[in-house]
Amino acid sequence: MNISTQFFKIKTLCLLLSAVLLPLQLQAAAPNEVVVYSSRNEQLIKPVFDQYTKETGVVVRYVTDKAGPLLARLKSEGKNTRADLLITVDAGNLWYATQSGLLQPVESANLNRDVPKHLRDPENNWFGLSVRARTLFYNTQQVTPAELSTYQALGEPQWGGRLCLRTSKKVYNQSLVAMLIANDGEAEAEQVVSSWVDNLATPPFSNDTKMLEAVASGLCSVGIANTYYYGRLMKKSPDLPLALFWANQTTDGVHVNVAGAGVTRYAPNHDQAVALLEWMASDKAQKLFADDNMEYPVNPAVKPAASVAAWGEFKPNLINVSQAGELQVQAVKLMDRAGYK
Amino acid sequence: MRVLNLALWFVAALAALPLLVVLSSLLQPDTEIWRHLSEHVLPGVLLNTLSLLLGVLCGVFLLGVSLAWLVSQYQFPGRNLFAWALILPLAMPAYVLAFVQVGLFDFTGPVQTALREVFGQQLRLPEVRSVSGGIVVLSFAFYPYVYLLARNAFDSVGQRALEVGQSLGLSPLQSLWRVALPLARPWIVAGGLLAMMETLADFGAVYVLGVDTFTTAIYKSWFAMFSLAAAAQLASLLILLALTLMMLERWRRGKRRYQVSAHQHKRRRPLTGAKAWSAFAFAGAVLSAAFIVPLIQLLVWVAESGLADLDSRYVSFIWHSISLAAMASVVVLVLAFVVSMADYRLKSYSSRLAVQIASVGYAIPGTVLAVGVFIPVTWLNNRLIEWFALESPTLLEGSVMVLLIALACRFLSVAISPLSSAFQRISPSVIWAARSLGGSSLSLVRRIYLPLLKGGSVTALLLVFIDVMKEMPITLMMRPFGWDTLAVRVFEMTSEGEWERAALPAVMLVLVGLLPVILLIRNQDQLPVGETDD
Repeated sequence: MNISTQFFKIKTLCLLLSAVLLPLQLQAAAPNEVVVYSSRNEQLIKPVFDQYTKETGVVVRYVTDKAGPLLARLKSEGKNTRADLLITVDAGNLWYATQSGLLQPVESANLNRDVPKHLRDPENNWFGLSVRARTLFYNTQQVTPAELSTYQALGEPQWGGRLCLRTSKKVYNQSLVAMLIANDGEAEAEQVVSSWVDNLATPPFSNDTKMLEAVASGLCSVGIANTYYYGRLMKKSPDLPLALFWANQTTDGVHVNVAGAGVTRYAPNHDQAVALLEWMASDKAQKLFADDNMEYPVNPAVKPAASVAAWGEFKPNLINVSQAGELQVQAVKLMDRAGYK
Repeated sequence: MRVLNLALWFVAALAALPLLVVLSSLLQPDTEIWRHLSEHVLPGVLLNTLSLLLGVLCGVFLLGVSLAWLVSQYQFPGRNLFAWALILPLAMPAYVLAFVQVGLFDFTGPVQTALREVFGQQLRLPEVRSVSGGIVVLSFAFYPYVYLLARNAFDSVGQRALEVGQSLGLSPLQSLWRVALPLARPWIVAGGLLAMMETLADFGAVYVLGVDTFTTAIYKSWFAMFSLAAAAQLASLLILLALTLMMLERWRRGKRRYQVSAHQHKRRRPLTGAKAWSAFAFAGAVLSAAFIVPLIQLLVWVAESGLADLDSRYVSFIWHSISLAAMASVVVLVLAFVVSMADYRLKSYSSRLAVQIASVGYAIPGTVLAVGVFIPVTWLNNRLIEWFALESPTLLEGSVMVLLIALACRFLSVAISPLSSAFQRISPSVIWAARSLGGSSLSLVRRIYLPLLKGGSVTALLLVFIDVMKEMPITLMMRPFGWDTLAVRVFEMTSEGEWERAALPAVMLVLVGLLPVILLIRNQDQLPVGETDD
């Protein structure tokens, strides 16, 4: 290599480095923008934000990550955070964000009207935006709906070697068990979870789709999943011998969780954040927010998508979803003790 | 020497900072959660992690060494193709490989379904989602590290000694066992160490495979039980384990030195008949399982459901992936060069310790490291705002500098391994000679080290490049607004379980990753000849 090409290479390298390193933006929060930290993934939130920008001219900037790192980020940024709004896909993390002092209460007549009481924080630190129902699914060739009743009943001996579950490491199951604790008390919940573990046909799956496929294939007869995974799977392969059963309809109702949002404690654009939050809960945006992922709108005035409504009406569990967060540590420990991997 | 020592410890301190930040929560240990963990979680996790480590180590040695030996010593059908193609699996992220293998071989996958059609409904294959399944998948994902380093060593180290061995009547297998392996040991062990550290740090693959390890326990304590302290307690055990592994490697190497005097033209023994074809079948099977079949499955998914997502934004995803990997690999190379050179010249216990500290980040789960970097950076950011009454100096936004620092902490080890190996081949007599002729330190670097280290440096550069491209948690947390890479796209799709849609960014990741792999291969092929021909 001769000197001139070597020099040229060094020069290009310096240019490349400086091009990326130098533009340190020292801009303050712009009045016409709102910054969102979201653990709801990009393809689900971007259409909502794009629509908002179109209607209001307010630019929405966002970062996606898992909830844990996002909370760690908010916490260490403290007063100087750029984030105005935090979106997560479960109530547990919103509860924990509130506990850690990362959110602030919002008093809004609109939000109080649009979001039912059990789907928001009792102190109004956060609000549910879409409902995720977690219920039973069964193989139609092996099971009749009459054999099914509750989550708890999946621990009965008749389901020995016929049950499939997703991993206990997923927050949806942690919330479900937290609800069992809230309803039945810890001792009874632990018995139920232990009996589930005894009935497992195969080790827990890493995601709901794989679990549903296992039920459809006949490896097991029944399992627990969020409805939108079922919707997605049936859209792809409509002929699967797989059906939905609304659990606990004669008792406390189906376990629901929310994807939701709260205004951060040190939001630089507080008013913009509240406006966006109100808009997302309003009937204008609710369809967009929920339908893209086959979830249920929180706003009672908004009907779910036709394909979702086809699964029938159900009675939800009306315990405040923040309980899922409050009891989460207890639930995780319980599942560890019961040997639920 | 003084400057070197300072530089070495500076890099080690930089790499240690995020770990210290995380470990600082040990000052307030969470006894309640810890008691729960040690009773119900730790025993299983410890057993799984150790079995996985041991299994993967055996797996990568078995695959890596045998393939390297075949390719470097024998001529068989397809040998020239396999010589480079066997490195390709490096471009496949372990979490993608795990997902594809589970998709293929689980009860509901096409393989078992087809077998049930033929052999009846009662047929069950061994469970993929298990520790043994994890060992197989991770071995296929990580064997290229050993293969790469071992092949290089076989090609350059053992040739003359092997000829001596042969003239004394050793059979090929005996000469592998008694001559080539002992001579190539530091390289093989270095590759194995990389594989073990990747195994320790891995979250994505073991999660898909349903194997609870230290990493999953750390995530659970932190994000499900909200206890940073318990997570730090677990992480400290992990760091201890990683340091022990590194010490073992050093200890077994002892004071032995390995130098290459010269490289001879390779004369590969031709294999014939059944032997030739079984060599072909073996190499072909490994390549298929680790690369070809997964790639085909990904392509099928792309065709089925991924193409709809393809839009112009992918141009920027690809560009971000490539430029980030390029910048990070340069930064890491410079730091690793300082570390390896200092260690080579100083050769003291303290210098070895510094190297190990600088390397340990590779064994730490990415998210833990990311948070460890993030906390001091935002602390500094907030102090800057306070002291200078600034509006908001954003160290993170608009600049990937912090991201680069975090990636450097993580991947130093990947660059140190090939660089130290390369340093070990420089005979001290060369340095003494240069010194005695009055060469200054700088001219020493420019005229001796750099030329002799070219091969090792390029290997280091490209390995880091590939690793950064595949990296997910640190990029997620530290990227400036809008700086999405291909790995970030994979995350977006998989966070709600849409693995089929994730195939599109995953395939692109693999295809873009092929570029550095091919460069690496060309570098490898030139390396022994160019470097030591005399």
